[in-house]
This record gives sequence, C-alpha cells and structure tokens, in this order.
Amino acid sequence: MKIHEYQAKQILSQYGVQIPHGEVVETPAKAREAVERIGRRVVLKAQIHAGGRGKGGGIKLADSPQEAESLAEKMIGMTLVTPQTGPQGRLVKRLLVEEAQDIAKELYLGIVIDRARECAVVMASTEGGVEIEKVAAEHPELIFKEWVNPATGLAGFQARKLAFELGLAGETHKQAVKFISSLFKAFQMSDASLAEINPLIITRAGAVLALDAKMNFDDNAVPRHPEIQAMRDLNEEELLEVEASKYNLNYIKLDGNVGCMVNGAGLAMATMDIIKYSGGMPANFLDVGGGVTEEAVMNAFKILVADKDVKAALINIFGGIVRCDLIANGIVKAAKELSTQIPIVVRLEGTNVDLGKRILQDSGLAFTPAVGMKDAAEKVVALAK
Amino acid sequence: MSILIDKKTRVVVQGITGGEGTFHTQKMIEYGTKIVAGVTPGKGGMTHLGVPVFNTVAEAVEKAGANAAAIFVPPFFAADAIMEAADAGISVIVCITEGIPTFDMIKAKAFLKNRPVSLIGPNTPGIISPGKCKIGIMPGHIHTPGTIGIISRSGTLTYEAVQQVSKMGFGQSTAVGIGGDPIVGMKYIDLLKLFKKDKGTEAVIIIGEIGGTAEEEAAEYIKKEFNKPVVSFIAGQTAPPGRRMGHAGAIIAGGKGTAKEKMEALEAARVLVAKSPAEIGLKVKEALGR
Repeated sequence: MKIHEYQAKQILSQYGVQIPHGEVVETPAKAREAVERIGRRVVLKAQIHAGGRGKGGGIKLADSPQEAESLAEKMIGMTLVTPQTGPQGRLVKRLLVEEAQDIAKELYLGIVIDRARECAVVMASTEGGVEIEKVAAEHPELIFKEWVNPATGLAGFQARKLAFELGLAGETHKQAVKFISSLFKAFQMSDASLAEINPLIITRAGAVLALDAKMNFDDNAVPRHPEIQAMRDLNEEELLEVEASKYNLNYIKLDGNVGCMVNGAGLAMATMDIIKYSGGMPANFLDVGGGVTEEAVMNAFKILVADKDVKAALINIFGGIVRCDLIANGIVKAAKELSTQIPIVVRLEGTNVDLGKRILQDSGLAFTPAVGMKDAAEKVVALAK
Repeated sequence: MSILIDKKTRVVVQGITGGEGTFHTQKMIEYGTKIVAGVTPGKGGMTHLGVPVFNTVAEAVEKAGANAAAIFVPPFFAADAIMEAADAGISVIVCITEGIPTFDMIKAKAFLKNRPVSLIGPNTPGIISPGKCKIGIMPGHIHTPGTIGIISRSGTLTYEAVQQVSKMGFGQSTAVGIGGDPIVGMKYIDLLKLFKKDKGTEAVIIIGEIGGTAEEEAAEYIKKEFNKPVVSFIAGQTAPPGRRMGHAGAIIAGGKGTAKEKMEALEAARVLVAKSPAEIGLKVKEALGR
C-alpha cells in the first residue's frame, strides 16, 4: 500500500526522524494561514502518489502568505502530470506547506527488503535528489549498503558506518546516526516494504532533515496497523481496482481490449501472456483466487464487463478440486443478470468438467467453449478483432 | 522415486480443526497420505476426522511420530506455527497459508537457519509425489506417477503444467510449489539439488514468474552443476512494472525481476524455455527426445 508524503512524514516523526516544519492544507485560504504561522519562505508540495512532481509544476516556492494563496489556487484542483503518473495525471487535492530549507548537501537514504538475502537492507548514497535506480546503474560504487540481522535489528555500528560513508562528521554525523536508526525503527515497526528519503538534506546550519519521504507497506501486514490502513487514499487508485478490492479480488487494469478472468495469480499472468502470444492485448489482470467460489465469479464478472475497453473476454478456470458445475452456474447467473453483449470464451478444467460444459451450453447464452489455453486464447483474440 | 516425501511420511496438520484444515485434511486422507496427528492449541485430546488432536507439535511428534507438517494456520499466526514445527524436530514443513507478513517470515527463516529442516512455502499448493503422498491442496487426480520433477512459484499454473505433462504420457516424480511470497523456504536450487540425486527424476520443469532473482540464481546453478534436461515457463511477460500481480512476490521493482531477464538467463543455461504456457508439455517431449 502507498501513502502520501505528508502521511509518511507523520509516521516518521513519531519515531524521531527529523522532518521540516509544515502543515497539510486543502484550500488556498488555509495555505495562506499556514504560511502566516510558519512566518518564513515556504515550499508548496502537491500531494499525489507519484514522484517527479517538480517537473510537472507540483512543487513551488512562496515568499509570502499572499503568494502562497495565489499559487495554491492554481495547484489545488490541478491535474498533475509527471513522468510517473502516465498521461492522464493525478488530481491534486492537498498541499504540504513546508518551511523552505537552506540546503548544503543532498543525500539519499532508503530501506527495502532484500529478497535474496532475506532481510532488510539500508542503502545510503552521496547522490541525493536523483533516481536511485539511475545511480545504481551508473555509479554503483556510490551506494553504501548495510544488511540488517533480523534478530538484532540495525546495529549502532552499522548506522555510524553509513553516516561516515556519507562523508559526515562531528555533530552532523551524530544527528545522521540517530536519523538512520530512527528510520529503520519506523520501517520495521510499521511493516514497511519501502522507506525512502530522497533527498536527505544537510542544511547550512548542519541539521539533518527528510526533505522528501516515501513509504510503501507490506499489504499482508497492513491489517495489523489500523492507523496505517486508515491512510489509504482511494482517490489515488483506479476506480475498478478499488471496486475489485472490496470483493477481495486481485484486479489490475491494463491497456488492451481482451478481458480475462482466471483463478490463481500465476495462471492469470500466463493467460495474459498467451493472449499477447496469440496476437491480442490483455485488458486486465484478474485473479478470482485459487479456490474460486460462485460468488467470486459473479463479482469478477461485474468488474470485467464494467471496463468499456473490453471487446471480448476469456474465462480460464483450472478448478482442480473446485467443481466446474458450480463455476458454470456462477458464470451463467452473472451473464444473465448483467445481460452483457461481450462475446465470452470459456475454458474450464476440474471436477465435473462435463457437467459444467453442459450447464453453459443449456443456458441459451452465447458462450464459446474452448479446450486448453491455446484454443481459448486464439478464439478470444479473434472475437476481439 | 521421489524427493522429500514418500509412502512412509507421517504428517501432522497444524490448524486441523479450521475450515480449510478440515477440508484439505479429508482430501489428503482420501489420497492416501498418512495423517497421524492434528494440532490446534486448546483442543488437545479431541479426535477430528479420526485423527488425534494435540495442543502442541512437540506432543504430535512424541506421541504420534509425526515427521512432516502441513500448516493451515491464519496468516498472523503462521510464522509462529512454522517455528513451532521446526522446534519440535519436524523435518519437512509445508506452509499453505497465504498472506503472512514479510517481517514475520524474515524472523521465521532466521529461526530455521542451521536447523535440519526443509520448509516449503508459504503461499504454496504444497508438495505431491503421485501415488505416494500429498501434503497440500492440489487436485490429486490430475497427477500421475512418473519421472518429471516440477518446481513452481504458482498454484493453478502448476496444475496446468501437470496436466499437460500427464496428457503427453509423462508422469511426475514430485511436484513442489515453492510459494508465491517474496520470502519463502526452499528455493529452486535447493530442490534442483534433490532432483539431481533422485534416480527417479529424468527431467525438471521450472515454473517461474516475475519478481526477485530466484530464477536467475537457478539458471547459474543449472549451468554449472545440473546434468538433467530442464524446461521452463516464466509467467508475467505482459505484466506492467511496479504492480503486485496477485502473489505478494510477483512484482517488477526498480526495473528488476522481469520475465525477459529470467528467460534469457535460463536460455543461457541451456534450459528449454516455453514462450507460451500451452507449450510446456511439448517442451518436455522435446527435452527428452521422445
């Protein structure tokens, strides 16, 4: 799960990570009031779930409360397009108004899970303010890493080492050590999958601050953090994806016109792949769960036909233990209820497969039966053309 | 022949009295798996599906001689169940549960280090040696005894491969789902080492998907040390970057973990890579030259 910058900073500051003084506002008037309170030059930052905001006009400096108000009038309600949002952009609903900083150095600090080593890894780099993937590709020697022992957590010496590798000394080094340790604590305690401070800045006065902050969370762990769960912003998500998540379905909207509904994530990806292999483009990823139920099929069907881009759909269910007659009943019921005109190819495997096929045939609805994935994919691609 | 499990394997089911636990214990018993005990804390002393239930795995080992465990415990308690089984001396642990927090698994895996235990999963359909033993939730009837080993990160896609292989007239020695999570127990290499030694396995199918580098690591191992034919399919060739494709572990992060990289690494290790999931069975035929 993703959250906004201002929310990440709220969480981080609870763990002692130093952040700039600031306020979140939803109207231009509130922006002016915030600047009056802050009493200094500020930066206005559009709050959307995507990076590269500066390039799209989502980050502006303001010298006075009046300037902040007039800038906020333009920014709140704008559709912000950045390299990460795609051409459709994102609607800006909130701004983070922060005290502008006198920056001496821009550094990078990030924590992710290293899957191969099966532990968290803290990464620091002297190259702040640019994409870390770019640094990793061009100057891997400028990224310093410390892997965290799961039993002990990040050790003091590791935080000290990273801070020295960042070229820091004296009081700033001490502050950076505390910053790194606090960031790790926040990462671990909130079950994050990513915590990224880019840039981490050293001010001319020697303070260590998180100028930007990004946190993603392990979806499996979010239910045990109700305060983080409450930070989910549905406005940042695709409408149909939000709808699907209500039914516990895994759905991702894609660019093509061949819809698909599959049980199991691996088979669902493979179904997308074979649609492309057969000359079509998948309109979505939709996994109804390995142990598919009649209800899940009903709900998935609704999502599938709600997508206006879908010209034909493939239902690919490898039931195994699951009974095909139940699945067939679910498909027929959903198709009748939603009276869709979209041609549908059905491939069923599992217990009572013949009975399932008969139910589809006898339904009076125009399903195209298929045998095997190749046949199914070729048929649905032809129908979508 | 088979790896990890056979007719003598004695299974304890953790979470046997729950809905999933009950349903799949029944199916495993029907398949012929020796289910010798169940564990549900607080329900020790009862009998469920004709199986004695204990409060702890340690008791199930001591009193019923269990040496393998199947875990059907809810996600927030499953990592603890894995550690309990390992502590009790269980040698093969199969964790079916989907949705375990990553940090819980990191701790559980650290706990398992230096213990003589093989963990399969979590988020796996389990492991089956056709005709001998099934620990998991896969449909037993599509499997046939034979000489093809299967290692996969997926559930239903594995059934698809199994069915293709069975229809081609080849059966399976053992089919293992290693799980769809970012942190899992045994990985491809651990299982390839066992298949290498298994006289009953002629060839191996690797079913991978986007995310992580486990397939690339397997390719390195195959290139250097594996001497049997290998066939592979990688799911997610059309998956967009940065999105979690159903499985917690199936995500292209920072441009890494794409299907293309994995397919190229495997091809460089002389693995026959099927581009279409409908061609897995055909590739096995090609690999065996018959």
